[in-house]
Amino acid sequence: MNAWLTAAPILIPMLTAALCMVAWKHPVVQRGLSLLGSIALVAAGGALLSIVLNQGIQVVQMGAWAAPFGITLVADPLSALMVLIAAVMGFCVALHALGDIDPVREKGGHHAVFQILMTGVCGAFVTGDLFNLYVWFEVMLISSFVLLSLGGLREQIDAAIKYVAINMVATACLLLAVALLYGVTGTLNMADLSIRVPEVPNQPVISAIAVLFIIAFGMKAALFPFFFWLPATYHTPSVAVQAIFAGLLTKVGVYALMRVFTLIFTGDSGWTHGILMVMAGITMIVGVLGSLAARDLNRAWSWQVVAHIGSMVMGLAIATPLALAAAAFYMVHDIIVKTNLFLGAGLVRRLAGGSTDYARLGGLFKTAPWLCLLLFVPLGSLAGFPPLSGFWGKLLLVRAGLETEHYVMVGLLLVTGLLTIWLVGRVWAEMVWKAPAEPPAMAISTLSFGRTYLLILPLLLLSLITVSIGLQPERLLNLAGQVGHSLTDTSAYVQAVLGTTPSPQPTLLGALETEAMP
Amino acid sequence: MILTAILAIILAAAVAPTLNRLLPALSHWVLALVPLSAALWFALQVPGVVAGVPVLETASWAPSLGVALSFRLDGLSLLFALLICGIGAFVVIYSGGYLRGHPREGRFHLFILSFMAAMLGLVTADDLISLFVFWELTSITSFMLIGFNHEDARSRRSAIQALLVTGGGGMALLAGLVLMGMASGHWTLSAIAASGADLRAHVLYPAMLVLLLLAAFTKSAQVPFHFWLPNAMDAPTPVSAYLHSATMVKAGVYLLARLNPTLGGTEPWFWALTLAGGVTALWGSAMALRSTDLKKILAYTTLMALGVLVLLIGIGSDGALVAFAGFLLAHSLYKGALFMAAGSVDHGSGTRELGELGGLWSKMPATGLFIAIAALSMAGLPPLLGFVAKELIYEDVFRNGHMVALAVLLLANAAMVATAATLFLKPFLGAPTKAAGHAHESGPALLAGPAVLAGLSLLFGLWIALPQGLLGATADAVRGGAPQSLNLHLWHGLTPALGLSGLTLALGMALYFGLSPVKNSLAAIQRLTRIDHDRAWDCLLSLLQGTANRITSALQDGVLQRYLAWIFAGILLLLGATLVMRGGFTWPGIRLDGDDGLGIVLALLMLGGTAGAIRARSRMEAVLSLAITGMSVALFFLLSGAPDVGITQLMVETLSTIILVLVMAKLPMLPPGPDRSRPAKLFHSVLALGIGGVVTVILLAVLDQPLAMDLSRFFGDTSLVEAYGRNVVNVILVDFRGFDTLGEITVVACAGLGVFALLRARMGKGGQP
Repeated sequence: MNAWLTAAPILIPMLTAALCMVAWKHPVVQRGLSLLGSIALVAAGGALLSIVLNQGIQVVQMGAWAAPFGITLVADPLSALMVLIAAVMGFCVALHALGDIDPVREKGGHHAVFQILMTGVCGAFVTGDLFNLYVWFEVMLISSFVLLSLGGLREQIDAAIKYVAINMVATACLLLAVALLYGVTGTLNMADLSIRVPEVPNQPVISAIAVLFIIAFGMKAALFPFFFWLPATYHTPSVAVQAIFAGLLTKVGVYALMRVFTLIFTGDSGWTHGILMVMAGITMIVGVLGSLAARDLNRAWSWQVVAHIGSMVMGLAIATPLALAAAAFYMVHDIIVKTNLFLGAGLVRRLAGGSTDYARLGGLFKTAPWLCLLLFVPLGSLAGFPPLSGFWGKLLLVRAGLETEHYVMVGLLLVTGLLTIWLVGRVWAEMVWKAPAEPPAMAISTLSFGRTYLLILPLLLLSLITVSIGLQPERLLNLAGQVGHSLTDTSAYVQAVLGTTPSPQPTLLGALETEAMP
Repeated sequence: MILTAILAIILAAAVAPTLNRLLPALSHWVLALVPLSAALWFALQVPGVVAGVPVLETASWAPSLGVALSFRLDGLSLLFALLICGIGAFVVIYSGGYLRGHPREGRFHLFILSFMAAMLGLVTADDLISLFVFWELTSITSFMLIGFNHEDARSRRSAIQALLVTGGGGMALLAGLVLMGMASGHWTLSAIAASGADLRAHVLYPAMLVLLLLAAFTKSAQVPFHFWLPNAMDAPTPVSAYLHSATMVKAGVYLLARLNPTLGGTEPWFWALTLAGGVTALWGSAMALRSTDLKKILAYTTLMALGVLVLLIGIGSDGALVAFAGFLLAHSLYKGALFMAAGSVDHGSGTRELGELGGLWSKMPATGLFIAIAALSMAGLPPLLGFVAKELIYEDVFRNGHMVALAVLLLANAAMVATAATLFLKPFLGAPTKAAGHAHESGPALLAGPAVLAGLSLLFGLWIALPQGLLGATADAVRGGAPQSLNLHLWHGLTPALGLSGLTLALGMALYFGLSPVKNSLAAIQRLTRIDHDRAWDCLLSLLQGTANRITSALQDGVLQRYLAWIFAGILLLLGATLVMRGGFTWPGIRLDGDDGLGIVLALLMLGGTAGAIRARSRMEAVLSLAITGMSVALFFLLSGAPDVGITQLMVETLSTIILVLVMAKLPMLPPGPDRSRPAKLFHSVLALGIGGVVTVILLAVLDQPLAMDLSRFFGDTSLVEAYGRNVVNVILVDFRGFDTLGEITVVACAGLGVFALLRARMGKGGQP
């Protein structure tokens, strides 16, 4: 049962996608399936997390081939947490899509491709095999490319080309890195790698391969100087797609960095983590400056996605248990807030008549005070206002940074925070306070009742999560603490995957050695 | 109970909009009951706290971070709590009258009550992180309140300015408090004080000091961070009365007072506080004399008061701290009364400009009376509380011989005398103006606050024994030692302080009557120094904005080729630096011999194909050249004993070439792109060769490592026995690593969907996508 649950994060969305394709001619059926599948994924994610927390790390060997020979799926606290949070985002965005998606995109297979994207995301979170991770990245890449280009507008195609061109470079780097690592260790299983990598005689070449992983995952995570694809694309597709991209895509890159640089590449951390640190610092500053240069809500939020990737990677680069806990906590917070911000911007765009340019916004304080309250939550959390979730993330990072005397990074983090406060104040003034240049295109009340629900409910849900994390942070802090601990002491992970004796030479092989190959 | 009080006020805030809709004329009276009862509860705590028993309270919050909602009520906290709830109650009543009929009155109450709760939490918090939480909450609620007239662009600007200045201070506070917690090992103020850990000798003391002073100075508008406060006067008058005189701006002062026992008393502390405080006091006084708008005048006198309070903490002697407590109370009372009364003048006469006011006494006698009493307290005349406070200040500063400080205080107080006279004499007793013609007295809601606060200024002056205990307890809390007995009197006898008071009065009257020459010279000084902080602020922001724009447009210019150039440059730099710094290059033992002839030919073919692709003038040429490279790779596999891989590769190459050629036949010819410049070409070739070279170096080093064959051996051994397949590659694909194949199939399916959707979108539009 537990084995099925560990694989469920991949199987559920994959099955949902397949069923959606079967029901190709019936968008209504697809809608129902998408919603059901999303709910099932949330349930599975919740169950998986609770089992991992209560019974320890869950492992399933696909095809029953013992590690490291087959493909292993592993759910440790970090994986399970990421799966659950991704599932919740998937549910919220699927809900929003029901109220927002246009018929052209729906008939183009939006629901099916969306579920394929979720398959890729969850697959990346639970896999314990480096090449399999590469496969899930490919699944994500192709599905996000299709989602980007659905609708077929000229600017969409332009963005999709940029997206795919840059991501192909990342994919090539990742494949190269995996191949080279296989070349020196002869294994792809991540737990096995964590044992074999330190045994490689030529450690400097391991450092070079590690840097290649930084490049590959850094491109996925949108770290400086590899982030160009993100601000170029995030404002073109449908709102649902923007929201799930902003919430999840880059974070899978961060997750992969966290996994690989705590489990496998820890030998030369002065160099590799130093590189990560520098990239994180520049990413924070460049991202926040970009968001300040933008005169458009969606573009500003895209740059903010970049900026906060820097914060998480800073936690990873410091790499103490507290810092890793901070990174995990921050990631959960950031996923929720960014999804919420993009969903909110979609609603605002609808109210402002199809544009999120600052010049077109305004007057929400008068026309939609309750919406302002809803929007204030992710905005405030983005700025790190206490007691919202972003504040705790920042506090953890500041503490982790000061404890390890990374004063410059903490300074950058706080300056970035201040500039983000500026952005939030500006957006509030432009979007909520300012009188609109022209009368609003429509009021919320002109939407049909059901549709209003579908558009507002995800916002409400996400804002409630943000507020409850902020007011009652203990559960998530505790969980993040476990994540931080399990990432610094990986023996439990290795043992769970490879069995009680973490030896790369299973006895099975010895028994078969004598038989000749037919 | 403290937490209950805070939560009750938050609850009141939450219901305020609804209540206002239900009871438009009464809601402010009802809402005021909440802070009023809180004030009563706090008043009941006075005897216990004065006796030296602080009220303690703790609620668990985030134990894994050591953060708790813990509160501690000592003299300092209690004095502040009483001011916050007491003045707050009257401000709520006042704003009900001031905003009568305003469509967003309910929302105003929501914000001001939220602010009150945050402020109350700030001054009672014992936990460092809780303190920070409440501190930031005051900044946010103040942002909402300053921007209350939100359709006015100036209000929005002022709100963002205040948010940024105090938000910057907040960032410093966070870092400072975390450093303090780490250095001392304790996360509550009382535990830090009790632990006796000497933070002053800690290696991080200078950093802590700078950060915390930054926080306090921005919040309490000390020079050079003072400019946001006068701008914040764009807020409605109740906000100015409450936030920007009685409470929020004193948060910085509170922080300094609170930290005095743990961080104070050092040379840097003394100099930073006395310098900033002294300059702020002088600056505020001078600007108050120059201004003509009632609210602006009051804003600048607030700066003066904040400066004096900071100065007194900086001096830090026992007497100075008692004077600090006395002046804190006196100022909050008279300034609250003055702000509200000034709002009443504005409300009754329609203007706040000194030039347009005159002869109001007959029309607005009550307002006039309260202004008169409060102004007398501000001027420091007996028998008001302001007099007692001023005497205390003079006495101590004189005794300790801080002559420069004494001179500063003398000048500032003289300016207060002149300002007090300005506030009352001309508007009320001067010749009647047009505005006075239609002026009318304000209602009870607007007068309740000034009446009570002015009345208290008088009462406490006459009966100084009444607040004496609390003031003593406040001074004890700021000093942080054992309680000291305190005996205050209105009449001190013929002391030097009295003489100084006389001098102040004389100087003040001289200033008042000779105001216009003084004003002119002040204007001249300002022109001379050209210190316009507001403009400097704008410059700073536009500089930042310009930097942001430049960097962003340089990086994200929309040209894919440039993005790729950045990325490849990044790759080359990172990998190259790693190879140089980390070394690790080894030459594998590969030697060329006669059998490799074919391999060399294939390698040359690959190079040729690549070169052809680079030189190609048309797409077709490029595709065919690349096909040469691909085919050579496939043949290479065939040669080196991997026929299955080779065959697969051959098939892929053949198919992709055919498909590409077919597709290209359909595509329109593009006009030839502009020839790239020589440096660009050079740059690109350096990048390409560099990356190729670096990867080759890594590859050679990898080849030199012994290849672990476990997996291949296992696959070979078990493929038939356990997986029942003779072709190992097939078994790997569909069994050992079948899960990968599942993922890849998904990729193919998804790609198919994408092509289908794109084609359909194109056909649906019947033309170009």
